[in-house]
Amino acid sequence: MDFGRAQAKSLVNIAGVKSLPARAVEEARLYVSASLLRILQTCATNRVNNAPPPTVKLDRLSRRFGTRWALRAVTLEVQPGEIVGVIGHNGSGKSTLLRVISTALRPSVGDGWIYGHHLVREAVTVRRHIGFLAHAPGLYEDLTATENLIFAARMFGIAEDGIEGVLERVGLAHARAERVRGFSAGMQRRLALARLILGAPRVLLLDEPYNNFDPQGIELVNDVIQDVANAGGSALVVLHDQRQGERVLDRVIELNRGALVVNPADVQPLTFATPSGLPA
Amino acid sequence: MAFAHDMRRVRAIVWKDLASERRSKAGFNAVAFLGVLILLLFGFALGPDTEALRDAAAGALWLAILFAGVLAFNRSYQLELDGAALEPLLLYPAPRWTIFAGKFVANLLFVLLLELIIVPVAIVLFQVKSGAGWLPAIGVNLLGSVGFVALGTFYASMASRSRAREVLLPLLLFPMLVPVLLAATEASSSLLAGNPMRDAGAWAQLLAVFDVIFLVASFLAFDHVIEV
Repeated sequence: MDFGRAQAKSLVNIAGVKSLPARAVEEARLYVSASLLRILQTCATNRVNNAPPPTVKLDRLSRRFGTRWALRAVTLEVQPGEIVGVIGHNGSGKSTLLRVISTALRPSVGDGWIYGHHLVREAVTVRRHIGFLAHAPGLYEDLTATENLIFAARMFGIAEDGIEGVLERVGLAHARAERVRGFSAGMQRRLALARLILGAPRVLLLDEPYNNFDPQGIELVNDVIQDVANAGGSALVVLHDQRQGERVLDRVIELNRGALVVNPADVQPLTFATPSGLPA
Repeated sequence: MAFAHDMRRVRAIVWKDLASERRSKAGFNAVAFLGVLILLLFGFALGPDTEALRDAAAGALWLAILFAGVLAFNRSYQLELDGAALEPLLLYPAPRWTIFAGKFVANLLFVLLLELIIVPVAIVLFQVKSGAGWLPAIGVNLLGSVGFVALGTFYASMASRSRAREVLLPLLLFPMLVPVLLAATEASSSLLAGNPMRDAGAWAQLLAVFDVIFLVASFLAFDHVIEV
């Protein structure tokens, strides 16, 4: 019963308070007890599960544009090695979800973590871990393919010697010295993918990644996703049609008007453990 | 080490902006042509009176730099918006001040290059003779350009998210530029007139103070204005 009383008194002493009402000491005691209990529970859960922490963790993540909620209280955990498809109708919040996780947008309400780093408070660290492939390739049209990647390498803070290899991998070695302005949509998409690979991300956020790709390009995208997952990373892949990514997806979540659609079949019934030695 | 990486990022943005600008060419040519055109229009409006031309030279020059510079600032973010490259730029694992610093240096070089073209035109057109020598005049130009570019780069980033950015930027920028414009014009006028009241130094000091304030404020606030 006295658990936490000593800690509460220590805190009071540290704060330099000579005397405190008994009620305040009791409240402090309860607070310290609850905090310690939470820490112990977390440690115990991690030890029992022996599971690595999730790569992506979202807690009631929400985003509002003006008066419209584009994302409503999305709670999600993605485990290392997991590839998650995100489906939903137009305007269901799929792209907004990726943009909030990528730190391009701040959440209006709720929190999110990438490898334990908070999306808002540790945004620069989060950006080191993520690779975001958006709808638009986001390239500089007056620069060549190589120059675009040189710029990316300098911004990532990495060496430029991997550029040739990445261009080879995405099949653009022949166009390395050409300006992006003359590239087809598919070539621009491949170059955007090359930039993503160059950053060596651990969490991929891909917004309709198969668009504008030929069958070889689709295989290339799948290989990139699989490589990241095999290395212990994970991926969130926004799709209109989940059949596109069925070769790589581990599970699919659905968004409807900004909220996660919960499949009743996936809901586990609540169970209460019976203490040993007592009748069930 | 982290600072060295950040400086590498700043240099990368400067290189990327200037390389894109150099290849597109149309941007700089249009801006320089506008600057010269403004000077010519001032010349026509003031008439053939040599004294009136000389008196108005500093003001006309700074207004030409200001109007032409606004186009340059808009273009600086247009490069990012054309290929939807602003979002990837913001998602690199770099502190946001590096983006502001890169854009600032690139814009400053652009404006200084612009001045290399329109200042000689102004000297010829307005029959300017620098009574206090050209070196102090160049110094004042540099100080004025730094304050102007700091504010211009900052407000261009703010306006870049708006669909009416071409209109919005001058509306936001010009009122804030009044102190810089006033100090730069007064310092330049005084120098061109031979600094008879010895007040060019005071105006230049005021200009330097504005530069520091605008630069520090822009660096600190950039992270918030560029956020979506």
